[in-house]
Amino acid sequence: MFEGAGIEIVENPELADEMTLNMGPQHPSTHGVFRLILQLEGETVVGVRPVMGYLHRSTEKLGEARTYVQAVTLTDRMDYLAPMTNNWAYALAVEKLAGLEVPERAEYIRVIVSELGRIASHQVAIGTFGADAGTWFTPLVYAFREREEILDLFMLCAGVRMNPSYIRFGGVARDLQPEFVEHARRFIDKMPRKIDEYESLLTNNEIFQGRTKGIGLLPPELAKAYSVTGPIARASGIPYDVRRAEPYGIYDRFDWEVPVRFGGDAYDRYMVRIAEMRESVEIVRQVLADLPEGDIRGKMPKIVRPPKGEAYARLEGPKGELGFYLISDGSTSPYRFKVRAPSFINLNVLGELTIGHKVADAVVILGSFDIVMGEVDR
Amino acid sequence: MDVLRNPIGALGGLLHGFLLQILPTWLADVILSLLAVSIVVAIVPLLVMTAVFLERRILAKMQDRIGPNRVGPFGLLQPIADVVKLLAKEDIIPARADRVLFITAPILVVGASLMIWATIPWGAGLAPTDLNVGVLYVIAMGGLPVLGFIMAGWGSYNKYALLGGMRSAAQLMSYEIPAILGALVPVMLAGSMQLSEIVLAQQNSVWFIFFPIIGQLAFALFIVAGLAESNRTPFDLIEAESELVAGFHTEYSGMRFALFFLAEYANMFAISGMATILFLGGWAAPFGLDFLTIPHFIWFLVKMYVMIFVFIWIRATLPRLRYDQLMHFAWKRMLPIALINVAATGIVLGIARGLVR
Repeated sequence: MFEGAGIEIVENPELADEMTLNMGPQHPSTHGVFRLILQLEGETVVGVRPVMGYLHRSTEKLGEARTYVQAVTLTDRMDYLAPMTNNWAYALAVEKLAGLEVPERAEYIRVIVSELGRIASHQVAIGTFGADAGTWFTPLVYAFREREEILDLFMLCAGVRMNPSYIRFGGVARDLQPEFVEHARRFIDKMPRKIDEYESLLTNNEIFQGRTKGIGLLPPELAKAYSVTGPIARASGIPYDVRRAEPYGIYDRFDWEVPVRFGGDAYDRYMVRIAEMRESVEIVRQVLADLPEGDIRGKMPKIVRPPKGEAYARLEGPKGELGFYLISDGSTSPYRFKVRAPSFINLNVLGELTIGHKVADAVVILGSFDIVMGEVDR
Repeated sequence: MDVLRNPIGALGGLLHGFLLQILPTWLADVILSLLAVSIVVAIVPLLVMTAVFLERRILAKMQDRIGPNRVGPFGLLQPIADVVKLLAKEDIIPARADRVLFITAPILVVGASLMIWATIPWGAGLAPTDLNVGVLYVIAMGGLPVLGFIMAGWGSYNKYALLGGMRSAAQLMSYEIPAILGALVPVMLAGSMQLSEIVLAQQNSVWFIFFPIIGQLAFALFIVAGLAESNRTPFDLIEAESELVAGFHTEYSGMRFALFFLAEYANMFAISGMATILFLGGWAAPFGLDFLTIPHFIWFLVKMYVMIFVFIWIRATLPRLRYDQLMHFAWKRMLPIALINVAATGIVLGIARGLVR
């Protein structure tokens, strides 16, 4: 399905009724520099060719040329809407490889920041999804309003808003600022009301439902065949969440649900994200309640030089299962640095879903996938 | 008192009287008509500028933003800055565009949307020309821009523009029918197609929006169809940003784009103005506020801006319909309701006249 960027568009004279529409890489709703080549019959999509690679920065090769510590910053820039989970997935892989211990307090902080990151990522997903469905940016602005506060919280712990490189192997980079807990608690207390507000704009809106219900139906078998993960799979009735399936960190200590819906359409993907935001809020509330004192970094060698071997670590990112596969040859940098990027793998099923829908639906389906090009192209 | 309520009309009368003394009748009439035309052509863009400013500020407030507030006090000069920017921009015509269509399209669209204003009365006797088939004329002029949209869509040599043009053809044609049927109800109730007559009929009875069921239904139909006619959310499929980038005007820039923009907002005002005249009592003072000596055209403007506010509010709230849903809505929902409503109006009128007789 992917033939690289140099695709030649051939207009077939026998198909005079059809039109080839090149959507992207510059287009308001391709979420960055994604490119869709649509074959249209009137307004109906009869063929789709997704083209990726416009944001390729060769992260994986760069990772092999950097030391383990330096490569942390590369992970920020993959899914730049949820950098904390990227950091964590990489940290998990290195910890597995080098056998590093993580102190208790650091584990708690990791859960807090990555769940906040999940909320922020879903806010962007919902907001842009609303814009794709044709709202004049009101849900987007509402969602960004609270996302801003999450970024401010990141500033309190990591010192920066974007690309924090906060979760390092063996712990986290810095301890929380004293006011962080109070600010976070205030944020968590008001967040459920704010989620209600987002919902009041979209969830029960008849036009929104008409635009999203039954659009881009993804049956569970197809989802499994394409190894789709994350909210998209859970909206198709697959109750798969790495946090539950293979608990990492301290997720097994908290009480939370895996939201699952069975429709498999764009509306259910949206609803799963809304429900996940609520669950994340609950997790953060519980974590904040018994945040222990103590070290934030375990015992670490001066220079990280893992023994020869390989390690694969995975976690549940906001977009799906995010995995890092590292091979060590005993030196200070990984021999192989491979990322299982959920956006990229989820995107493979896009073509199957879009055919037969209208152009407007193609945009909605893409929006419901919540891709981040930094992660797709890496 | 009447002078205060209709200062412009009184001024026009004075001027006419003065001109009649020094010029032959036909010349005086021509000069007065030209004056009226130039006033309308000057005022409509002014209204559009206020609407653009209001829309940006109100939308910003509704979305928890600030909106433009840098240019002039409260950002009031922002529309002027925008126009200057658009005028200073390079005029680009795509290499493979159909130049004739590409250049004529915005002129046609803006011309049609200004021509609507020829017959809209701002106060008693305050219309450039008070046609006795005013409603018919407005609807005919309201149907013209679709030609311009198709021309722009075809002439741009751009597939997004082409899709937008195709959509505009289908959408505007479909929604014209419910709009006409909605406007037909006040025409039937007033027994005239002359816009000033319709306003006077409402002064003699009640505003037609207060007619139980029939009036409200007709008003709703007219407004919804009007939203679609002026390409406003949720019917902005023609220039759907998230799908078609900018629809039929994707390739337009600078002043040509500004003309489309002007036409769109002028149309929005025309729809508001028509709704005001047909349903909201035109220039009449609302709620028994007639004792206040406020000029008629002020009331007309107030009512028009209320309608504009509703349009902006809808834009801040709703997503966009899909193409097939749009057609479905027009033909399967609105059209039957509109027909039944017209029939009901006829029956009510028949019964009422029978009783009177």
